[in-house]
Amino acid sequence: MNATGGIKGASVIVVGGGVTGLSSAWWLARAGADVLVIEKGIVGWGASGRNGGGATHHQSPLFAEEQRLWPQMDELLGYPTEFQPKRIRMALSDRQLEEFKIGVDNTRGQGFPAEWLDAKQVRDLVPLAGNNVVGGVYYERGGHANPQRTVQAYAWALQDLGGRILQHTAVTGFQRSGGKVVAVETSAGVFACDTLILAAGPQTGRLSAQLDSEVPVTVARAEMIVTEPLPLMPIGGVDGNHLYGRQTLRGNLAYGGGPHEWLTPDDDAVAARPSSPLARNIAKRLAELFPKAAHIRVIRSWAGVIENTPDGRPVIDRLPTASNAIIATMSSVGFGLSPATGRAISQLVLAGHCDFADLSSFRLSRFGNLNPAWREERGWLPPQTDDDDARAA
Amino acid sequence: MRLLVIGAGPAGLAAALEAARRGVEVVLVDEHPVDNALMGLDVPFHFGQRMSGATRNKSRMMEAIAAADERIAEAFEAGVDVRLGVSAWGLFLPKPGLRWLTQSVVGLSDGDSTWYASFDAAIIAAGRRDIGLAFPGWELPGVMGVTAAQTLLHRYDALESQRIVILGSGAEATSFAEAAFAAGRTVVALVEVADAPRDGKGCERLAAHGVPVLTGTMVSRASGDANGVGNVTLRTLNDSDPEHFVSCDTVVLAVGTAPVVELLDVAGAEIGFVGSRGGHVPMTDRDGRTSIPGLFAAGDCAGVSAGKTSDPEIAAEEGRRAAAAACADLAQGSPSPRQTVIREGAATDDIEATQSAWVEAAMAVADPDTHVCQCEEVSLPDLLGVRPPRYLPRAQAPMLARNLTSLAHDGLVHQDQIKRLTRAGMGPCQGRRCREQVSAVLARATGTPLGKLPLPSYRAPVRPLPLSAFAEDSEPDVLAANWEGWFGIPGQWDPFWTLSDGARTEERS
Ligand SMILES: Cc1cc2nc3c(=O)[nH]c(=O)nc-3n(C[C@H](O)[C@H](O)[C@H](O)COP(=O)(O)OP(=O)(O)OC[C@H]3O[C@@H](n4cnc5c(N)ncnc54)[C@H](O)[C@@H]3O)c2cc1C
Repeated sequence: MNATGGIKGASVIVVGGGVTGLSSAWWLARAGADVLVIEKGIVGWGASGRNGGGATHHQSPLFAEEQRLWPQMDELLGYPTEFQPKRIRMALSDRQLEEFKIGVDNTRGQGFPAEWLDAKQVRDLVPLAGNNVVGGVYYERGGHANPQRTVQAYAWALQDLGGRILQHTAVTGFQRSGGKVVAVETSAGVFACDTLILAAGPQTGRLSAQLDSEVPVTVARAEMIVTEPLPLMPIGGVDGNHLYGRQTLRGNLAYGGGPHEWLTPDDDAVAARPSSPLARNIAKRLAELFPKAAHIRVIRSWAGVIENTPDGRPVIDRLPTASNAIIATMSSVGFGLSPATGRAISQLVLAGHCDFADLSSFRLSRFGNLNPAWREERGWLPPQTDDDDARAA
Repeated sequence: MRLLVIGAGPAGLAAALEAARRGVEVVLVDEHPVDNALMGLDVPFHFGQRMSGATRNKSRMMEAIAAADERIAEAFEAGVDVRLGVSAWGLFLPKPGLRWLTQSVVGLSDGDSTWYASFDAAIIAAGRRDIGLAFPGWELPGVMGVTAAQTLLHRYDALESQRIVILGSGAEATSFAEAAFAAGRTVVALVEVADAPRDGKGCERLAAHGVPVLTGTMVSRASGDANGVGNVTLRTLNDSDPEHFVSCDTVVLAVGTAPVVELLDVAGAEIGFVGSRGGHVPMTDRDGRTSIPGLFAAGDCAGVSAGKTSDPEIAAEEGRRAAAAACADLAQGSPSPRQTVIREGAATDDIEATQSAWVEAAMAVADPDTHVCQCEEVSLPDLLGVRPPRYLPRAQAPMLARNLTSLAHDGLVHQDQIKRLTRAGMGPCQGRRCREQVSAVLARATGTPLGKLPLPSYRAPVRPLPLSAFAEDSEPDVLAANWEGWFGIPGQWDPFWTLSDGARTEERS
C-alpha cells in the first residue's frame, strides 16, 4: 500500500518484506498488534522469492515448530503455499551416504524418525533415480513449499488482518531517543514506532551498523536451474549429489548447488544476481541425480543474494545498542524455518521470550570475540579481478 | 574469438562482412535451421505447426538457409567463421556476482551439445519475434506469427500453408502477403481492427491482386480439427453486422513484433521501453553501443520500425556501423563508452496504441477458457483474478477477493510477480507467445501505461535445452573440490543442543 493514508507510524515496524519479516508481522497481527512492513522493492524480491523452498532443518531449535506449522499453513494463511511433506536424500556414492549421518542423528535427536534406505528402496520411491544410487534417507518430517506463493500468502494474510505493507520504500536511517529507536526514516518519510524488527537479509550488516551494533554477515550469490514439467514423483522433496531442490507441484525440477560467489558489502544486489555459466555444472549433477530425466529441457535459471553469519546460524536477538530493536538474520537458511521464526520473533516482541524453543544459540553475543579478519580467515571474499589488481598496483 | 556476431539476418551479416573486411576475426552464429522439435514448441518463433516435414531433415534445411541469402556464401568466402544451426542461449560478462569469470563468454548449442566461447566484443543482431493474440481457437495448429511464416516461406522454403488469413495490415502483414501471393499461396484476406489499413500503399497493391483488407474487423474464433484451423469467424467491431465465416488453413498474426532482447537482458544491458521503437529495446547510441562496453546491438533487436520491415538495408547499415565501432574498439584495445542514447523513433511506429487495440479486441472476444498462456493454460480471468494454477485450490474466500487491481493497490506491479502467481509465461515456450499480451492485460487492468511497467525478466538458457545436451560433460577437479550442496560452513548442521551458548561455535570453527 503505497497510499499510506496519512498514517505515519505503527506500534511495530518491520524492515524487510522477505519471509522472515512478513511471517513476524503476520504472527504479530494475529495477536492483535499494529504492524507496518517496509520493503524497498516488492515483497519476496530478495532471497525469499528465489530459493529452493526446502523446509527440513533438523539442526535448528526451531525444527519441531517448523514441522508442526507447515502442514497447517495453507489453512492458517488462507492462501496456498504448495507445501508438501517428506524429504528423501539420495546418495550416489558411499561417501555421500556417510554425509547423511548427521541429519539422521539430528532428526532422531529431535525425537522424529529417519529411515535409512537401500538402493532399491530409493528407486521405488524416486522414479527418476537410476542404477547409480547407492542408498538414501527418508524423513517423514521435512518438506518443501513454493517460495513465491508463500511470500505472497504471508503478505496477503497480513493485510487481511489489518497489517500494512509499504512497498517500493527503502529504509534509510533511524531516529533514537533514550536508548530506543523511536522512528524509521525512509524514502517516503519518517515513521514512528514502539518496536523495530530488522529483517533486511543482505542489508542486515549495514542497517545494524547504523544503530551502532555490529552484526557480522557476508553476502553471497547462489543460483538454481529449472526444467520443464515432468510427471509428479510420489515425493517431490528429493535431493542429493550435493544439490538442493525439489520437484515443484507443477512437475518442474528446480535445483541448485555449487561454489557460491561471495560479494562485497557494497555490491548492488540487483546487479549481483545474474545466473552464470555454472548452470551447466548444476545440470551435470542433476542429470546424474535423475538419469531418467536426461531428455527433459532446462528452461530457466535464477540467482539470489543471501547473507551468512560466521557460524552459519541465525541471529535473532535484541540489539545491544537499542533495546526495542530486534535483529533477525537467518544466515542463508531462512525460508523453511519462516513459519517458526516469525512466531518466535512475535513472542520476543510481545512476551520478551520464546516459549517453544531455546533460542540461545541465536544470540549476537556469541560473536563478541570475533576476529576482525573473520572473512579473510574463512576465505569469504569476492574473487580478485584484474580491476582489483590494477587498483592495488 | 575476437568479434562475436549473433544473428545472420541483414544486420548480422552486414556486421560480420564489415568486420571481416576490416581484418577482424569474426564468428557469426545463427540458430536457423532450428531443430524441428523446437519448432514444435514454438521456439524461437510461433511456428504454429505449419512447418513442412522437410524441416526434419537438418542438412537439407542447412542448404536452404544458406541458399536463401547470398551474403551467407559471401561471409564464408570472406573468412567469417559462420555457424548455422547454432543458438546462443546465454551471455555472461564479468561483473559483481560474476567476478569469477575472467572473460566474457557466450553459451552456444547445436541442440545435441552445448559449449562456451569467449569473445572480446559482441554484436547482437537477434532480430524480432511476433507477439501472440489470444482469441478463441488460437491454440489450434495453423495459427502462427508472421515472422515464423515469413521465415518458413523465405529461409526454409518449408511453409505448409495454402489458404491464409492475415491479422494486421502493417508493413509486416503486407510484405508477407505479397511474398505468399508470389509463392502461389492464397491470401484470403487481411483483417484489421483499426478503421483504416496501417500500410495503405501495401494494401492498395494487394487489393490489385484481389486480396481484400477488412478494416474494423476482428477474428472472433478459429475452428478446425486435429489438422488445425479450417475456418475463422470474422466479426466487425460494430456488433450489429452479422458474423461471417471464411475457410482457411492458416491464420498469420501480424499484430505486432517485439525486438528480441533476451540475451541483452541476460547480459545486464540497460533496456528501456520506447513505444516508437517496438517496445523494450536496448538503450544504445547511434553506433549500437549498449550500456555495457564492448556489447553492441544492431538491426531489429535494437528497435523495430515499419521502415526496417520494408527495407533490410536500414538494418544492414546499423550492422555496418556497429561493426565499424566494434573494430575500432578492438584496435584500440579498450572499448569506448556509449555516446548519446537514442530515445525516440518515428511517432507513426508507436506500438502502444496498435498493440493495445488488438489485445482489447481479443479480450472482448475471448472465452473464459481461452488460454493467453498456452503452455501453462492461463486464461484472461485467471490473469485478472491473479488465480493460482489449476492444480491448487482456487476457491478459497480470501483468494477470490484478490485480483490485479488489489495487487496494484500495493504499488507498481511487476509482471514477474504475475508470472510467479499465475504461472503465465513459465512454460517451455519461455513466454514467447504470451509475454506482451500479459503486459497489455496488466497495463489495462491496473491503469498503468505500458512503458511504466518494468521489463519482465529473461533467463538463461533463453532456448529450452535438454538436460543431456545442456549438462557439462565433466567436472574439473578444482570445481569438484569446491562444490558444496550449500555453503559448507563448518558446524552449520551440528545440532543446536551441542552449542548451549553459540560462543562455542566460534572456538570450533
Ligand atoms: C538460491 C537460493 C536457495 C535457497 N534455498 C533455501 C532452501 O531450500 N531452504 C531455506 O530454508 N532457505 C533457502 N535459501 C535461503 C532463504 O531464501 C533465505 O534465508 C530467506 O529467504 C531469508 O529471508 P529474509 O526475509 O530473512 O531475507 P530476504 O528474503 O533477503 O528479505 C529481506 C528483505 O529486506 C528488504 N530490505 C533490505 N534492506 C532494506 C531497506 N533498507 N529498506 C527496506 N527494505 C529493505 C529486501 O529488499 C528484502 O526483500 C536459499 C536462498 C537462495 C538465494
